[in-house]
Amino acid sequence: MLRRAGCSSLDELFQCIPPPLRRAGALNLPEAGSEQEVLARLEALAARNENAAAMDCFLGAGCYAHFLPSAVDALVSRAEFTTSYTPYQAEISQGTLQAVFEWQTMLCGLTGLEVANASLYDGASATAEAALMALRITRRRKVVASAGLHPHTLQVLRTYLRALGAELRVLPAAADGRTAAPADLCDDTACLVVQQPGFLGVVEEIAPLAQAAHAAGALCIATHSEALALALLRAPGALGADIACGEAQSFGVPMSFGGPHLGFLAARREFLRQMPGRLVGQTEDSTGKRGFVLTLATREQHIRRERATSNVCTNQGLCLLMATIYLSLLGRRGLAELARLNLAKAEFAKSLVRRTPGLSLPLSAPTFNEFAVGVPDAAAALARARDAGCIGGLDLAPFAPQLGPALLICTTELCSRAAIERLVAALAGVQ
Amino acid sequence: MSGAPQGGAANAAGGLAYEEPLIFEQSRPGRRGAELPRCDVPEVDAAALLGENLREDLPALPELSEVEVVRHFTRLSTWNAAVDLGLYPLGSCTMKYNPKLNERVARLPGFAWAHPLSPAAEVQGLLELCFELEGFLAEISGMDCVTLQPAAGAQGELAGLMMIRAHFEQRGEPRSKVLVPDTAHGTNPASAALNGYQVQTVASGADGVLHPGALKAAMDETVAALMITNPNTLGLFEDHIAELCEIVHAQGGLVYGDGANLNALLGVARPGDMGLDVMHMNLHKTFSTPHGGGGPGAGPVAVKRVLAPYLPTPRVQRGPDGRFAWRDDAPHSIGRLHGGHGNVGMLLRAYAYILSLGAAGLRRCAEAAVLNANYLLARLRGAWHLPYDRPVMHECVLSDRALQASGVSTLDVAKRLIDHGYHPPTIYFPLTVPGALMIEPTESESLEGLDRFADTLLQIAEEARRDPALLHGAPHRTRHRRLDETRAARKPVLRWTPQEESA
Amino acid sequence: MAEYQLPETLRYTREDEWLRPAEDGSAVVGITDYAQQQLGDVVFVELPEPGAVLQQGEACGAIESVKTVAELFAPVSGEVARCNQELAQRPEAVNEDCYGGGWILAMVPSQPAELDGLLDAAAYAQHIADRE
Repeated sequence: MLRRAGCSSLDELFQCIPPPLRRAGALNLPEAGSEQEVLARLEALAARNENAAAMDCFLGAGCYAHFLPSAVDALVSRAEFTTSYTPYQAEISQGTLQAVFEWQTMLCGLTGLEVANASLYDGASATAEAALMALRITRRRKVVASAGLHPHTLQVLRTYLRALGAELRVLPAAADGRTAAPADLCDDTACLVVQQPGFLGVVEEIAPLAQAAHAAGALCIATHSEALALALLRAPGALGADIACGEAQSFGVPMSFGGPHLGFLAARREFLRQMPGRLVGQTEDSTGKRGFVLTLATREQHIRRERATSNVCTNQGLCLLMATIYLSLLGRRGLAELARLNLAKAEFAKSLVRRTPGLSLPLSAPTFNEFAVGVPDAAAALARARDAGCIGGLDLAPFAPQLGPALLICTTELCSRAAIERLVAALAGVQ
Repeated sequence: MSGAPQGGAANAAGGLAYEEPLIFEQSRPGRRGAELPRCDVPEVDAAALLGENLREDLPALPELSEVEVVRHFTRLSTWNAAVDLGLYPLGSCTMKYNPKLNERVARLPGFAWAHPLSPAAEVQGLLELCFELEGFLAEISGMDCVTLQPAAGAQGELAGLMMIRAHFEQRGEPRSKVLVPDTAHGTNPASAALNGYQVQTVASGADGVLHPGALKAAMDETVAALMITNPNTLGLFEDHIAELCEIVHAQGGLVYGDGANLNALLGVARPGDMGLDVMHMNLHKTFSTPHGGGGPGAGPVAVKRVLAPYLPTPRVQRGPDGRFAWRDDAPHSIGRLHGGHGNVGMLLRAYAYILSLGAAGLRRCAEAAVLNANYLLARLRGAWHLPYDRPVMHECVLSDRALQASGVSTLDVAKRLIDHGYHPPTIYFPLTVPGALMIEPTESESLEGLDRFADTLLQIAEEARRDPALLHGAPHRTRHRRLDETRAARKPVLRWTPQEESA
Repeated sequence: MAEYQLPETLRYTREDEWLRPAEDGSAVVGITDYAQQQLGDVVFVELPEPGAVLQQGEACGAIESVKTVAELFAPVSGEVARCNQELAQRPEAVNEDCYGGGWILAMVPSQPAELDGLLDAAAYAQHIADRE
């Protein structure tokens, strides 16, 4: 084989690399391991992480423990989905393409908007991409974001905007936790970004925020970190949002320590040409049979290069597929009922908190499946929760110091009544 | 049958072929594919709690039983080409075999169900894994520090350029331009533009590589960085790389490396040793994490010490007691790029891959990948036009020039390869080669597999001369014939709408 | 070399656009037969806003086919008087009739002298030949 390739030795294969740049010694890496040995090493590492499979998880804050139907993993494990790539060759990628088209349709239905893309990296970068989209559409330089955005989303937004020299203003939250509509949006504001529900779990009033944005000639962007809320709350498109974006990990994607997750973005049709990321469209083959292709690619980096709407190339294809399968299994009634079940669990937990001395609910606005709880000492409360087998929530000290010692607690369908009772007792220090 | 291939791999469209409507078209009211647990807490009045914010309509999702959903997606899967079905020689995408062990470890509950906001003390296994992987990638790339946050190569580029931008701002000398060779991936100029940089294209030489003279002419003190892919997208090693780096450094600029083609260099040469200052690595290419129908990927970025202050936060750190923690105190950091800690589910697959291969195994990867590409090139020489006929690294580029007399184009060849059971190579890229076919066989293919593929390409060259119409009409054996992309773009239909609504 | 229609009565630019002075003092602008053949099936035309004031050579729109995009440049300085709004529904008009129904915009030149600097059909034909 070497001879046929015109070489006498393996080293000669690399003759085009100048000798001083070639490496003589071996890399300083571990010796090769057998499958059994590598698995043992990884199992040992995995065993040292607390996780929602082994404990009752009340930690949400942008990454949610929901039940994963068996069919989701069974189907996405099919190698035809896992080991294929971007569907450039439509005739042999119809499986991926049709699934993306189905996802785009589902997302339009959930958000009440007209066009949706084939996913972005995560909720934080999807929010940043939405803001950049608004800058392009309005040709303005300033982004106004609610303080109710997930703090990491806000940080990523800041990172992206700083690179372009665009300005970011953060709107403070009102005492009940919601974002008040600003009366003073300047005429250089490209968009107003609000998260639904907000980071602290509160259900925002989108309509007045959208009105305030539109009055200033800006767009309204509704971002989401708990996409399940879309099944319970009025669709952002119906409330005046021009772009809906966020994180859809809740739809059947494992938590995986924060990624890979599923960024999504949907918009009004008039903004189609400014959308980032891949889009799948319907067409016909040469015999008139319906099929699907990647389309409107002239927006993208591989054609428009420095004038592209984004530099995004790879998306989160397999996570998108998980979500499409998950939503197909749950269906319209199932998803709505699941959202109500999450709501009921949270209301039950809140009712326990209300009657437990030492605990409080510092924010009065309505919530979905997540809410802030005032505690005497956050670290001690979380330690007691852990002793009771619970990942007890998020210590809000770094994120919302104005609340005093407080935790962010999330209750999904995985939290049984008994576990909720155990958690609340542990937080309060009741034996 | 005129469309029947004469040889090559297994039939692309063998066995049972199913028609499969959209999932919405199969929906029947009242069906469901997943049962919910019973509600063990008091029911609530959602309208009373949420008022105007309560959604009145049910979300527009289909209603099917579990078996219907399973059949739907299983059938869809059968319409995809995949690495596990056969050679997938998509140039610059490194479609190598994805070991099954990686999938198994990613599903361990201690990884799959760990929370990114768990206190560091409770997730020491994951922090240790991230810390070690950073070290592995620094060693492989010849760099000093690594961030694992970028979710894909393009986000890695964005991160790298943000750090470059921060570096010049910190020095009080902001720069305005980024140089990009004409063979570069489109993500390079797009990432530069997202940092507000002007992009200037530098022409590569007649031999396909960038020459010091061309770079010198473009280089001045307004240039923040040169972005370079090495080996480049023609599969050629940029053999002036050390001098190119010196030219950029002499004017205070930095060199960014696009790591898309790192597979060719594993254990053989290190970008850091060549003078590069920052690079991203595509774990879904070089380190065997699955491509997933378009993602998720992972795009860690490695930097020299000069850029370390600007790395995204938080960063994982090992304390003197051997415990791991997140560190957020980097005043010059570009900030956060990812809502979590990056695509950790992909990172741990790459970690398992590196442990499986070790130093010697990684080097054998590069050797086999480069040998395979050169072997293919040798088998095709003569029958196919080779725009740059010289030893290549991990991929080779052909063009359709020799077929033009018969009116056959690269697109026809690509579609005909499908009839023979192969995923086509990357086509019409790089832009510097008209009608390019960019072939990356990877190390995963056996000699027999390469011979079958070469035989097929030789046969297609023959078919092009004998029966051009056969190629124009390809593919013949797929469920769908050639799809009308013009129609899709002129009147975009981007979602399904019920009949009554669209009528 | 392929055959291209290049009407003698038009003026041309090196960026493959044509310009036809109209009686009302405006000038109609489109892309040449060569350009539309090179692009292939046109799927979208991005038009400037009527009223926009352009400098000669300024980018003012784009013509997209499935896999490529060509920028549209102002052939002369002046104000955009009107655009061919039908292209939003029928971008294929650029392929079918690039000198007629596929016109792109009309502008009122502010520097009539610039018109003299444009190419005639023969010079433009030579320009194409040089490139091929």
